[in-house]
Amino acid sequence: MLIAFQRIMRSGWEKFARDKSSSGAALFIMVIVLSVVTMLFFLQGAASFMIQSLQESVDISTYVKDTASAEEVAQLKAELESIPEVREVRYVSKEQALERFVEAHKQDEVVLESLEIVGQNPLLASLSIKAFDAARYPEISAFLQNTPLASIVSNVDYFDRAPVISRLSRLVAGIQSSVFLVTLLAGFIAVLVAFNTIRLTIYSSRDEIEIMRLVGASNWFIRGPFIIQGMIVGVSATFIVTLLFFPLTLFLGLKLQTFASGFNLFQYFTANLLWILLLQFAVGIGLGVLSSLIAIRRYLKV
Amino acid sequence: MIVFEKVSKIYPPDSAALQDISFHITEGEFVSLVGKSGAGKSTLLELFLREKFPSVGTVFFQGENVHQIPDSRLPEFRRKVGVVFQDYKLLPHKTAYENIAYVMEVMGAREQDIVRDVSEVLEIVGLLERAHHYPAQLSGGERQRVAIARALIHRPDVICADEPTGNLDPYHTRDIIGLLVKINELGTTIILATHNKEVINRLGKRVITLDEGRMVRDEERGKFMI
Repeated sequence: MLIAFQRIMRSGWEKFARDKSSSGAALFIMVIVLSVVTMLFFLQGAASFMIQSLQESVDISTYVKDTASAEEVAQLKAELESIPEVREVRYVSKEQALERFVEAHKQDEVVLESLEIVGQNPLLASLSIKAFDAARYPEISAFLQNTPLASIVSNVDYFDRAPVISRLSRLVAGIQSSVFLVTLLAGFIAVLVAFNTIRLTIYSSRDEIEIMRLVGASNWFIRGPFIIQGMIVGVSATFIVTLLFFPLTLFLGLKLQTFASGFNLFQYFTANLLWILLLQFAVGIGLGVLSSLIAIRRYLKV
Repeated sequence: MIVFEKVSKIYPPDSAALQDISFHITEGEFVSLVGKSGAGKSTLLELFLREKFPSVGTVFFQGENVHQIPDSRLPEFRRKVGVVFQDYKLLPHKTAYENIAYVMEVMGAREQDIVRDVSEVLEIVGLLERAHHYPAQLSGGERQRVAIARALIHRPDVICADEPTGNLDPYHTRDIIGLLVKINELGTTIILATHNKEVINRLGKRVITLDEGRMVRDEERGKFMI
């Protein structure tokens, strides 16, 4: 058993090393397929990053009446934080609001003069709320209207910003489904191309398979070396693609950063290297082995 | 040892490659199958090797119906038969040595036995010095000698040679037939399919003549007569 296994392994390696035309063709296609798979992984990462930055740019504020006590505001903040959809709640005091207002309008003398005329701080304290998903803001606003502490709420600015937020939610959903479709389609095409290439290389070996059968080789003794060859192609392609993507992502990372809202491809690649390697190994070896198994089946029948 | 009983092979709708073939080959015989191209020689060998199934009739090998051997025992059956083809059918990415050793490897032979037996058989066929050449680096005659070495390395009970000299010049033809005779003298049954008149006439052994799929003669010391 062990001898047979060793012989199958050696035979598979010899097939890979000596049958250069079919190994070369399979390796070339596998490198392309794994590059496509890796790029699809990047696409998913870039899309998630963009969606996250879009969602982070959105928040709603609920303004608290001057009459509200510090305990009431703290209680409202705690209640908001307990909602699972809420990611973060930040308290902005009247003083901080004024500081920000002055900073934002420091060039506008009319506004500053008006503030002086008013003589006191006209701004309200507020709670700035960020949700995990922009589509959840209507529910959070509804909560603020119906909570027993609604009496301390002066205004929720969601209703002014609703159109922008809903457009953003649609944009996010659009990006998500487009990326999913592109991944599915490109992945399917890549797998199909790899499968057919391996089928063709085995088709070109059909005479060899016939000879092996005629000299009394068992099906596993025939199939084994092809499977080992497929595995070697998958592993080699993984290493080639990983080595190629280091300089490529380093070069493209800087160029794309400005277009992709700060998404750094190289950092993403190195941070997820383990996952990418696992994905490439799984796709490369899985495709190599599976397509060899399926393709060789028909030549083993007689 | 080998029995063909009323065997016919008909390709649909009604093209008969073999019709009503019956004969018996005993152990240690040297039998030549002769006939024009398309007479049915190769089909007959393919039926014996279970590459094809007969439309009618039965083929027995050592008392067992060849076409009822379960798939799981097919490799075992084929290891009892050595095959030599006109186009050599060598594995192109293995050297002469590895092509011969492959047969012993599939049988699970030990490495030291493989080294010993392959070197021995390479010496018999006169190719010891070309052992590490690939088929593409060998001449036609050398390739056929590798194929014969491969067919006899595992000491099969019978060797089927389908037009083994079809691609060879007269010198190499004599060489190959001489080898087959030598193997037969050591006790292995030989079935030789050929349309080479000179080979048959010089052999002076049993000849089964086929014509358009029918067996027209079966003579103990036959001559080439078509």
